[in-house]
Amino acid sequence: MNPVNYLYLAALLFTIGAAGVVIRRNAIVLFMCVELMLNACNLAFVTFSRLHGNLDGQIIAFFTMVVAAAEVVVGLAIIVTVFRSRHSASVDDASLMKL
Amino acid sequence: MENLIGLLVAAPLLGAAVLLCGGRRLDRTGHYLGTVLAGASFVIGAVLFADMLGRGEHDRALHSQVFSWIPVGGFRADVAFQLDQLSMTFVLLISGVGTLIHIYSIGYMEHDERRRRFFGYLNLFLAAMLLLVLADNYLLLYVGWEGVGLASYLLIGFWQHKPSAATAAKKAFIVNRVGDMGLSIAIMLMFTTFGTFAFAPVLANAEDAGEGKLTAIGLMLLLAACGKSAQVPLQSWLGDAMEGPTPVSALIHAATMVTAGVYLITRSGAIFNAAPDAQAAVVAVGAVTLLFGAIVGCAKDDIKKALAGSTMSQIGYMILAAGLGPIGYVFAIMHLVTHGFFKAGLFLGAGSVMHGMNDEVDMRKYGGLRKYMPVTFVTFGLGYLAIIGFPGLSGFWSKDKIIEAAFAKGGTEGWILGGAALLGAAITAYYMTRVMLMTFFGEKRWERDAQGNEPHPHESPKSMTIPMVVLAFGSVFAGGLFSLNDAFLKWLEPVTGHSHGHSPLSAATVTAGTMVVLAIGVALAWAQYGRRPVPRTAPRGSLLTRAARRDLLQDDFNHVALVQPGRYLTRGLVYVDHKLVDGVVNGTAAGVGGLSGRLRKLQNGYARTYAVSMFGGTAVLIAATLLMRAV
Repeated sequence: MNPVNYLYLAALLFTIGAAGVVIRRNAIVLFMCVELMLNACNLAFVTFSRLHGNLDGQIIAFFTMVVAAAEVVVGLAIIVTVFRSRHSASVDDASLMKL
Repeated sequence: MENLIGLLVAAPLLGAAVLLCGGRRLDRTGHYLGTVLAGASFVIGAVLFADMLGRGEHDRALHSQVFSWIPVGGFRADVAFQLDQLSMTFVLLISGVGTLIHIYSIGYMEHDERRRRFFGYLNLFLAAMLLLVLADNYLLLYVGWEGVGLASYLLIGFWQHKPSAATAAKKAFIVNRVGDMGLSIAIMLMFTTFGTFAFAPVLANAEDAGEGKLTAIGLMLLLAACGKSAQVPLQSWLGDAMEGPTPVSALIHAATMVTAGVYLITRSGAIFNAAPDAQAAVVAVGAVTLLFGAIVGCAKDDIKKALAGSTMSQIGYMILAAGLGPIGYVFAIMHLVTHGFFKAGLFLGAGSVMHGMNDEVDMRKYGGLRKYMPVTFVTFGLGYLAIIGFPGLSGFWSKDKIIEAAFAKGGTEGWILGGAALLGAAITAYYMTRVMLMTFFGEKRWERDAQGNEPHPHESPKSMTIPMVVLAFGSVFAGGLFSLNDAFLKWLEPVTGHSHGHSPLSAATVTAGTMVVLAIGVALAWAQYGRRPVPRTAPRGSLLTRAARRDLLQDDFNHVALVQPGRYLTRGLVYVDHKLVDGVVNGTAAGVGGLSGRLRKLQNGYARTYAVSMFGGTAVLIAATLLMRAV
């Protein structure tokens, strides 16, 4: 199968993730969309690695996974704390700006 | 000996510091301390004078470097003193007359609760004035120049509870500021022209500097002299300065400070000698002022203001003489010294009269005082004879020489100047006779004042009469002593130089002419004030009299020509400031405020908005990169 198709898939996933971040309000969904974007990037890295015949992209994909795991830990903790104090997971409610 | 020079200045400066910082505990003794320190200065001056006489005429000048004041790169200003014959003359006059007036003030200011402060200011004045004449460079002279201006301001406004005194002090200060501007510009010009402002190098190289620059420097020095010496057009402050206590008028506004301009011009002789245009301006100022002051003196009923007009006029003579160049320098200084004696004596006499008359200054309310104040009458009378130039007295010798020198200028100019000087002599005789007759002769014209107090004229205490007697001696003998074998001429010639002009008239003719105009002046005054009783209220008088009573409209002129345009200018500037400058500043602030108010709306706290801007930014970056690559 042509590896370029994987790039199209990665672009599609990234777009879905980005659209989710912009459109949705629930923090959990937002978080999942961010993960989706990260994984789209990983897919693109791995595909490029395959296309170019070296391992650089695969190594970076591992790094991304490690960072994403760490981010999940911190991010979920924050979301849980916000939910506990506000009884809502909506990111709009967390805005304290005066307009 | 050199080290003593610094002490001349240090003694009164110490007095000023102690008296002004010492506080109330010195109230009882302060005036003695001030007087002793002024006397100490005179004694040191006398010692230095004796020492100077012991040396040959060309190595009489002493120089004393105290410390380097402002050494910055090529710029060098020293605190250094120079004592030559010219400075010596001034030192003796200043400290001598100064000491006498300190003694006089002990009595005159006896009932003033701020007497200690008064003596502090007097000492400050002495220190500044001595610094002025002892400085060996123009910058240090400027320090003294400002110092005497400060002391003059403080002393004119000494009775600051009177609004008139406070205003007069401010007026003197502001008018003097105009002159001081001239001096500072002159010093700057000197520095750019000669690279230094010490007397010796500046005056030695003056001739090589080019006439244009020298004329500019000379005119600026003249402006300075006009301010300090109350010459036209900066004369308006002197009449009002009479608001100060009378000893101040005698010391500062008659004998010493107002002659600083004459000193400045004489000291800068080399500059003026090489700049004929500046010299012509000096002569013109002198001639105009000597007539201006004399005419004002004729119309004033206030005894001190009449004397102030006279001072202006006599200094006009000195400036005229100084402007004549080497023909006149020596006589300018000689008249300055004799004038120092008789005018200080006259002012002290006027103070004594006021002291006995409950501080009344209107001569129309005096009359017949010779019976009540014999000592004041005699000393004042001798001063009077000296100032009008009665043969044999001080004023005769010095004024006659100036008139002679004016004629010796030669040509039409000489005739005009000589004529002005002669006319001035006639008017001097007139107004001084008027003062004399109105004060000491005729019927008594004083009566009860509004509070029902009748003045009881009485002779003043010893502390006041003794200085008057000493000054009267000076008024009688100084001129003759100076003229004996041309002693004064020989004494000053090494410093100022001297040349004899070619007078179209012989010396005897000039003297005879002076005598004739003198007699006419006295006779006119007698016809008007001696033969007829003096009215208690001033008659309306002619147009000229009324103008002269208002100081020949000097204040009106200043008001119309300077004050009003100044006001309009400042009003215009305030308008521009409010509308334009403030408009720009406030507009900028409002613009920034409005813009940031709008930019603030972007920060709405919604995560998605930030996300969109991130995506948008990234998209733009990528697009730009691709575009660049494509190109």
